[in-house]
Amino acid sequence: MKYTCPDLKLLELNGAIPAWQVVIEASELQVLCQKVADGGGRLVALWACDERASLSRFVLHAVLVNEAGLLCLHLPLPQEFPVYPDISGIFSCACRMQRTVFDMLGLTASGSQDMRPWLRHGAWPENSFPLRKDFDEAGRQEADNYPFVQVEGQGVHEIPVGPVHAGIIEPGHFRFSIIGERVLRLEERLGYVHKGIEKRFENNSLLFGAKLAGRVSGDTTVAYAWAYAMAAESIANVVVPKRALWLRALLLERERIANHLGDLGYLSNDVAFSFGMSQFWILKEQVLRNNAALFGHRYLMDKIIPGGVGVDLTETATLLAECDLLEHEVKLLHSILEEHAGVQDRYIGTGCVAPALAAQLGLCGMAGRASGQSWDARVQHPCAPYDQLDVQMATHQNGDVAARVIVRFDELFESLRLMRDIIAKLPSGNVLAIPLEKLPGNGFCLGMVEGWRGEVLVAIHTDAEGNITRVHPHDPSWQNWPVLEHAILGDIVPDFPLINKSFNLSYSGHDL
Amino acid sequence: MYQILKQIIKTGIKTEAPPLADESLRAGEQRLQQKVLEVFGSALNIRLVDAGSCNGCELEIHAVNNAYYNLEGLGIKFVASPRHADLLLVTGSVSRHMEVALKRTYDAIPEPKLVVALGDCGCNGGIFGESYASLGRVSNVIPVDVVVAGCPPTPVEIMQGILTAVSCKK
Repeated sequence: MKYTCPDLKLLELNGAIPAWQVVIEASELQVLCQKVADGGGRLVALWACDERASLSRFVLHAVLVNEAGLLCLHLPLPQEFPVYPDISGIFSCACRMQRTVFDMLGLTASGSQDMRPWLRHGAWPENSFPLRKDFDEAGRQEADNYPFVQVEGQGVHEIPVGPVHAGIIEPGHFRFSIIGERVLRLEERLGYVHKGIEKRFENNSLLFGAKLAGRVSGDTTVAYAWAYAMAAESIANVVVPKRALWLRALLLERERIANHLGDLGYLSNDVAFSFGMSQFWILKEQVLRNNAALFGHRYLMDKIIPGGVGVDLTETATLLAECDLLEHEVKLLHSILEEHAGVQDRYIGTGCVAPALAAQLGLCGMAGRASGQSWDARVQHPCAPYDQLDVQMATHQNGDVAARVIVRFDELFESLRLMRDIIAKLPSGNVLAIPLEKLPGNGFCLGMVEGWRGEVLVAIHTDAEGNITRVHPHDPSWQNWPVLEHAILGDIVPDFPLINKSFNLSYSGHDL
Repeated sequence: MYQILKQIIKTGIKTEAPPLADESLRAGEQRLQQKVLEVFGSALNIRLVDAGSCNGCELEIHAVNNAYYNLEGLGIKFVASPRHADLLLVTGSVSRHMEVALKRTYDAIPEPKLVVALGDCGCNGGIFGESYASLGRVSNVIPVDVVVAGCPPTPVEIMQGILTAVSCKK
């Protein structure tokens, strides 16, 4: 299958995932987005670059995905008038991305309904843009008074929550408008952990970037490091040793297993079933300890580097024993949770996102699959070694907390199967090609990996000398945070921690 | 219910002395509990603020509460409000957007209070450093008693950091 756009000159983009790119004009943006949306495609990421120094322009980049692969649109905009047509009417998840493109680069989406700042609070002034090359770091502004949407009526009141939350979680603000205990509206305000990651990539070395990519969202470090390495290797046209690719998949599945175990523990905890919490966390700790013993880091940070992996697997007995243990224990815990009336009473019907709504809002990743959105990069666009592993996608139609729990269980068992399969088929040989330290000039490529939360995309741009001028890491949380606002509607405030945990979205990966 | 009880019995008690040099660390653990008793009477309450971490440190803070490390078994627990806390645990290089929230949380904790900065970012700004968006190390924003390095620090290192903080309080 291929993108069929007879009027456009699509160029195939080098990389492990099928991808095409095309330079378009402003008038074509909405038409193309609409066409992809009509065909069931989605928006993956939206970012922009400052090319004023060399070409007197800005460029807006949008990555769309459909069954054929990725389509990357490049829209050059004149520096005097950096305005592009709004696409949030087509892909609702584009809204916050467009607001961020304005905050970071000052490009305006004309026709957008929502022009409020998104990632900018008070760290830099309104008329200053951090990702412009001539950005002055000195400017500050008092924290702005963010205009939340007001809900009015008799008996309606607001509960502001955060940015510092009650538990051990990342900071963000939630504004609930409620009547009695029922939630009428939830509005999120994120950006509290914006730490300038994208700017930090600029003009730093490729290897520093690999470390930084692994810290965009600590719980997804393997997926980010892989996506970053994939983009870099595609620009440099480097062939990664087979064994390294298989080890990457092993690490990625281990990350998925560890996170799903932890989340299942917390999903038990949030319904006051502390037995589940302690059991799942015992299992997670065992996985982490095996990670430390076999690979040298509990969360596998910095193990994937451009050109290969930095660690080899010397024995497989520990992992095979771990697979057997997890399979046995998780099956048992699964049956206990399934039969526990109190637990199921809280799970079933709570935080429901019906498939139609999920499709409309672009819900993706694990939460999307629990709402009937059957997207999994390991299945649709399998890069090596997933092309030889035949991943079985886990989906569910109900879209409630219970469905997200079921999908987690299914994916956990599938990851165990994959881990055994990978160990059995692990090719011999080197794990690192010549380490990649410098990229060719004027390069641009994408890397995309199905992390445990959903698809993680990393785009790298280089200048004429091969220096990194721009890196855009994109977390699936961008798509899924807005859907959480819908999931809570009609439920009561005490359900929110449970619903939130069932999505478990990243703040750091989103705030950058 | 039968299955649950059976599993609990089968699981047994997982809590262990941290798995490095055995004796010294067991001593460390006991000292921790003793110090907590001496300084705070009965228990130590911790309030966590993520001031700009990648969430890696949070993963390990969750882990200190699992059955293996069982921090709560030592009388140390995480609380929801800074008003209930004795010790403020801070992760991340402090983002400018979290500066006010961190200061307010610090101010809301009653005296005597302790601050432990966690992870390379909290200690020295780490990989995110100081920039238009980030203020770097925690001590650039609030007074810090103890720093625990690591990316992220292991649960054992986190527990040792808490011990050190409690020990140095006179």
